[in-house]
Amino acid sequence: MFNFYLLVVILLISFLFFFMGLKEAKKLRLVYKNNLHSLPHYYGFYALLASLLPSLGIYFLMTIGDDFLFSHMIKSYIPDEVTNAKDYNFLIALAQINNSVEGLIFGTPPKWVTDAAELWKSWVQTSNIIVASLCLLTSIASGYYGFLKINQNFRSRNAVEKIIMTLLAASSAIAIFTTIAIIFSVVFESVRFFALIPIDEFLFGTVWNPQFEGAERAGSGQQGLSQYGSIPLFAGTFLISFIALCVSVPVGLFSAIYLSEYASSKERAFFKPLLEILAGVPTVVYGFFAALTVAPFLRTTGSMLGLDVASESALAAGLVMGIMIIPFISSLSDDVINAVPQSLRDAGYGLGSTKNETVLKIVLPAALPGVVASIILAVSRAVGETMIVVMAAGLAANLTANPLEAVTTVTSQIVTILVGDQEFESAKTLSAFALALTLIIITLCMNFYALHIVKKYREQYE
Amino acid sequence: MSKKFINPLEATEIVKNSIKKRRAKDNRLRLYGRIAIGMATCFLLFLFFSIFTKGYPGFFQYYVTLDIKFDRERIDPKGDLSDTSLYEGEASNIVNESLFSIINPQGRKAKKEARKIVSSGKDLRIAKLVKNDPSLFGTVTKVKFALDDDIDSFLRGYINRDTPESERRISDNVIAFVDKLSEENRISYEFSDYILKGSASGNPEMAGIKGAFFGSILTLSVCLLIAFPLGVATAVYLEEIAKKNKITEIIEVNINNLAAVPSVVFGIMGLAIFISIFGMPRSIPLVGGMVLALMTLPTIIISSRAAIRAVPPSVRDAAYGIGASKLQVIFHHVIPLAMPGMLTGTIIGMAQALGETAPLLMIGMVAFIVDVPNSVMDPGTVLPVQIFMWADFAERMFIQKTSAAIIILLGFLITMNAFAIYLRKKLERRW
Repeated sequence: MFNFYLLVVILLISFLFFFMGLKEAKKLRLVYKNNLHSLPHYYGFYALLASLLPSLGIYFLMTIGDDFLFSHMIKSYIPDEVTNAKDYNFLIALAQINNSVEGLIFGTPPKWVTDAAELWKSWVQTSNIIVASLCLLTSIASGYYGFLKINQNFRSRNAVEKIIMTLLAASSAIAIFTTIAIIFSVVFESVRFFALIPIDEFLFGTVWNPQFEGAERAGSGQQGLSQYGSIPLFAGTFLISFIALCVSVPVGLFSAIYLSEYASSKERAFFKPLLEILAGVPTVVYGFFAALTVAPFLRTTGSMLGLDVASESALAAGLVMGIMIIPFISSLSDDVINAVPQSLRDAGYGLGSTKNETVLKIVLPAALPGVVASIILAVSRAVGETMIVVMAAGLAANLTANPLEAVTTVTSQIVTILVGDQEFESAKTLSAFALALTLIIITLCMNFYALHIVKKYREQYE
Repeated sequence: MSKKFINPLEATEIVKNSIKKRRAKDNRLRLYGRIAIGMATCFLLFLFFSIFTKGYPGFFQYYVTLDIKFDRERIDPKGDLSDTSLYEGEASNIVNESLFSIINPQGRKAKKEARKIVSSGKDLRIAKLVKNDPSLFGTVTKVKFALDDDIDSFLRGYINRDTPESERRISDNVIAFVDKLSEENRISYEFSDYILKGSASGNPEMAGIKGAFFGSILTLSVCLLIAFPLGVATAVYLEEIAKKNKITEIIEVNINNLAAVPSVVFGIMGLAIFISIFGMPRSIPLVGGMVLALMTLPTIIISSRAAIRAVPPSVRDAAYGIGASKLQVIFHHVIPLAMPGMLTGTIIGMAQALGETAPLLMIGMVAFIVDVPNSVMDPGTVLPVQIFMWADFAERMFIQKTSAAIIILLGFLITMNAFAIYLRKKLERRW
């Protein structure tokens, strides 16, 4: 709440400067008989931006920075006998203190934790006062500076436009920052994971059996119970994706051919949005549908046919995922089929071929790269899909090609590992980041390749 | 292959003979197309049908009507209607007494079972009633209470009374009690007042979506406030201002890549950056909204760019011609004209964000939270995550509640998408 009020006050101050600047400029306009460089409101905006931007900058820097500062400062308040203990970990100590600060107290924490928490709370109070006063001072001072600059010769429109241009450019850099943040968050933890587990074991191992290290120690005292071979996960992922493709490629492709070549414009206007509804249904709904309708249905049908279908079979997840990615294939393929120039079709008809022959022998070969690209994009969608597999595919890391058995996937392992309580610095927690890294690499490669194909194909006709 | 000369008459003959086959092939392809479309439509209808038939009963539940003697001394011992006083009161005993006077259980075990017939939310219900209307004190009023979820399932026919007692979740005693209650016409099947107004609860008969609904609204607001300005600003910069050079190319490649990154990875980024490094609390709508904003940003940027590109250059030239500066052209002409397209893209992006689950699981919005979040800093959950959590519970009644929540979520999504289509049709200009 404190932060909210502070931001509101800063905003109010800047609005105040806007009206002051506006009034001053209007006064100047009368004095100099309309001979002012810019329209009056630009002077107001200049004062507003001058007041708002520096104080907001200071606010964000300080609120982000104070946690770093505090956790650095608290180090010296942790008693020596704690830091000297063998299993001491600063992050755990910090988490204990933070929990205590937030009022999450389990049992009776040691005295040094409560002391440190009290200290932390007092720091937060001081820092709030410092942040508030600094922000307010800056906003008033820099706003007043902007206000003072207002005179007949000041080119306020140019100044305001320059600031806005910079802001626009900065916001477009967010895309780069997000990419960097994603890479940063995944790569660092993955490097730590590969320090514990050799990379070749991760890439080529055939057994996936992560255990919390605490459980390992409490158990037999043996080391190396956990195994981090990711092949079963990738096998499961691709098995489910393959089943999904078996559903979505025929349905999506034939729908696209029908809609673009055979359908009347009325049919097209009705069925195209209808197919796109499938893409708009949340994945958690598909997951629920797979787990509670499709999987039991497959199980009963299987047992009638004398087959043993696991209750969380790859088939159920794959079928439902196939339904989900139909629109990705149909609408992208539809676009590329439509992009094939009419002259090619006309040439075919001119030679006396039927629609079927034109479509299969002229249009589809011409559109093939685009169709392939749409299928690759659909695969990358299927590989990265999470909720369906979490809810319907189970957690058993079986290395199997039998669609009736339960398999697990990369995304569902990531979710299982990272949801709920995690152990700091444990190989199990870190393995989720390594999985995410490989997942990103795979999906990005597919995406790059697909876009490359589309680009190459476009150049042929344009 | 040697070239063979074919007599034109012969050729006509060949074509004539083959034409039937070729037409049949053509019809076959048309048929395959129709089958494919039909299958996709069937999938869609079956999905909606299955969700709807499962979820429609979730909006209703069984209630029992009891005569409650509102005895102030027993319900509100301190007499000040405060929460502590109502908590100390023995409202549930009053409810049980009223119930016992009808069904008359004999023995310890029967009494114990009888107490469970009415949902454990009975004292809260009485507390709420007397808080809203203190004049109830001293009267005897008929009050409706939700029945326990096992009895609800029994009344819906999911628990068969013919199965042996040891294999079903409710005992013979309880079945006799329920029969007695329905003989006296005290059991009714009504629109549930918990599904919309209740919050997360371990008791399925009391669970509702209120908390998740407000969590969704808060999260989406944060997402919109961040993603819309940033998306439009980026689109304007890339289309109107930036020169085509290496840096803009890198930005464009980045945007396309972000659109392809699996959503769960955005959750991991939120966990590593916002929570671990910036030290923000877990489970709060603020972090959820920020993660979803970064995720929907590519959608908004790409559609906004298309909308800006559709504004004809003549508009810009006219504005430049009367002396407008570059930014005046952009802010006075290009953006207002491109706004419908940008809004359409934004609504579609928001619909995506509303249905997204996986990244929010990563940042801990999956916690069991009973309170309705009041601000973006309060821990909360969102509708799709609530659906995911309910789908995991074992109680039969949660399946109906989950489907009911899905119907509500789909309702919102369809409304948003329909609104986007309407906007596009109504406001978009053809140049």
